[in-house]
Amino acid sequence: MNTIIEIDKLNLFYSDFHALRNVSLEIPEKAITAFIGPSGCGKSTLLRTFNRMNDMIQGTRIEGVCAIGGTDIYSDEVDVETLRKRVGMVFQQPNPFPKSIYDNIAYGPRLHGIKDRKKLDEIVETSLRSAALWEEVKDHLKRSAFSISGGQQQRLCIARALAVEPDILLMDEATSALDPISTLKIEELAQELKDRYTIVMVTHNMHQAARVSQQTVFFLNGEVVEYSDTEQLFSNPNDQRTEDYISGRFG
Amino acid sequence: MKEWKQDDRKRVANRRRMDTTLKLLFLAATSIGILALMVLIIDIVMDGLGHFTPDLFTNYPSRRPSSAGMKSAIVGSIYMLLIILPVSFVFGVGAAIYLEEYAKKNRLTRIFQLNISTLAGVPSIVYGILGLTLFVRWFMLERSLISGAFTMTLLVLPIIIVAAQEALKAVPKARRDASFALGATKWQTVSRSVLPSALPGILTGVILAMSRAIGETAPLVMIGALTYVAFLPEKLTDQFTVIPIQIYNWISRPQTEFHELAAAGIMVLLIMLIIMNITAVLLRNKFQKNI
Repeated sequence: MNTIIEIDKLNLFYSDFHALRNVSLEIPEKAITAFIGPSGCGKSTLLRTFNRMNDMIQGTRIEGVCAIGGTDIYSDEVDVETLRKRVGMVFQQPNPFPKSIYDNIAYGPRLHGIKDRKKLDEIVETSLRSAALWEEVKDHLKRSAFSISGGQQQRLCIARALAVEPDILLMDEATSALDPISTLKIEELAQELKDRYTIVMVTHNMHQAARVSQQTVFFLNGEVVEYSDTEQLFSNPNDQRTEDYISGRFG
Repeated sequence: MKEWKQDDRKRVANRRRMDTTLKLLFLAATSIGILALMVLIIDIVMDGLGHFTPDLFTNYPSRRPSSAGMKSAIVGSIYMLLIILPVSFVFGVGAAIYLEEYAKKNRLTRIFQLNISTLAGVPSIVYGILGLTLFVRWFMLERSLISGAFTMTLLVLPIIIVAAQEALKAVPKARRDASFALGATKWQTVSRSVLPSALPGILTGVILAMSRAIGETAPLVMIGALTYVAFLPEKLTDQFTVIPIQIYNWISRPQTEFHELAAAGIMVLLIMLIIMNITAVLLRNKFQKNI
């Protein structure tokens, strides 16, 4: 498997708080990598360095290297707008815009200059199909995105992220606000998408990581404790702390 | 299972009595406001209805109450609004966008913020003095429509800025995140995601600020709006008068007919205020439905 994200001795500070400590990781292309760990362990923070969403928090400071496709994304060569086009993100709460389903999907492509109606129609359809939502909404694309269920809204957000043709999709606890059936649908969707996209997901739910991912990273207090194949990590962890966490002794 | 005790019933009855008493007290507090407004309206309509005729809108002021109207004042007020509205909208909403979306949250921003909040409470006569110095004297715009409109713009700017900031603050952060995560720049996020959500709140604030502007008298007296204007302003630098000044002028005369005319003038002003407030509500509903 090819490596797409390469992190080397990354340190991140929120003002005085040392949120990530000397993190080094290689994330493989076209696979699902899961980040697990207790609240405040730094897993979401690391996810948000991949599309530089941390930049918006005043007082954030980063040391070390975070390279995507061989280029350090914190160097001057990289425009954050282009980076975010290549690295899409789905958030914890479904956050559609108060616009129609169509306009939600078309939002991204329009930002990047696509105006042609036919082209937009095409993108909307492909993205919704990729997110397994097309059949459910194709007859009312003009309706408000708030008129569909929470699970559908989250798939809409995935479709919206796919509409700008990213290479990587970041999912920040994307199912934690959803019911079990909707969660299952998103997990199935992730399985389908991993053949075309690199997926990195943060999850509170260890079972989800075990079910869905190929690689799992266990974080504790801003450090990577263990990183290996999901099967290996859950069946035969190397570190005592990993074993304690996955067997439910803390967290 | 515990027994049902009579003591408990009594205690609940006491608490409920307190509830009812307070409810009546709050109702009384509400009624006082409404009652005062009703008395005001009835009193004014009784005095002014006789003079609330087409003549009031078509005649210029006159020394004879029978032929006096407030055409120049009404037109003056409308012209003023037409200038104040776009200017204060652009500067007010612009400042709010800067403070909420662009400015770093540091000491300088906090100082700006404090100043704007303070300015919102400065007495209007002080703005009159500022307008007199700044526009009438320094910019040599004389005692003109444009001087008056700019002075009023300064007066309502802080109100609009604060209202627009509140409206921008109320837009969930998740909507900005969604936009940024798709590769939007700041302005793309503000214009396509934040402003559409904040617009109903901003418009309400702007219209309420306009209501304030058409009722204000003191700053215009200060910069020298005329009380007797028998012509319509044709250019921005023409002299002018507005409704509240005309009312003030009529009230300060000894004859009762002029007092009745003033009451009719107040009716015109109240009607304009009501129309503006209804517009604010309608606009808000319309934009909220568009989601």
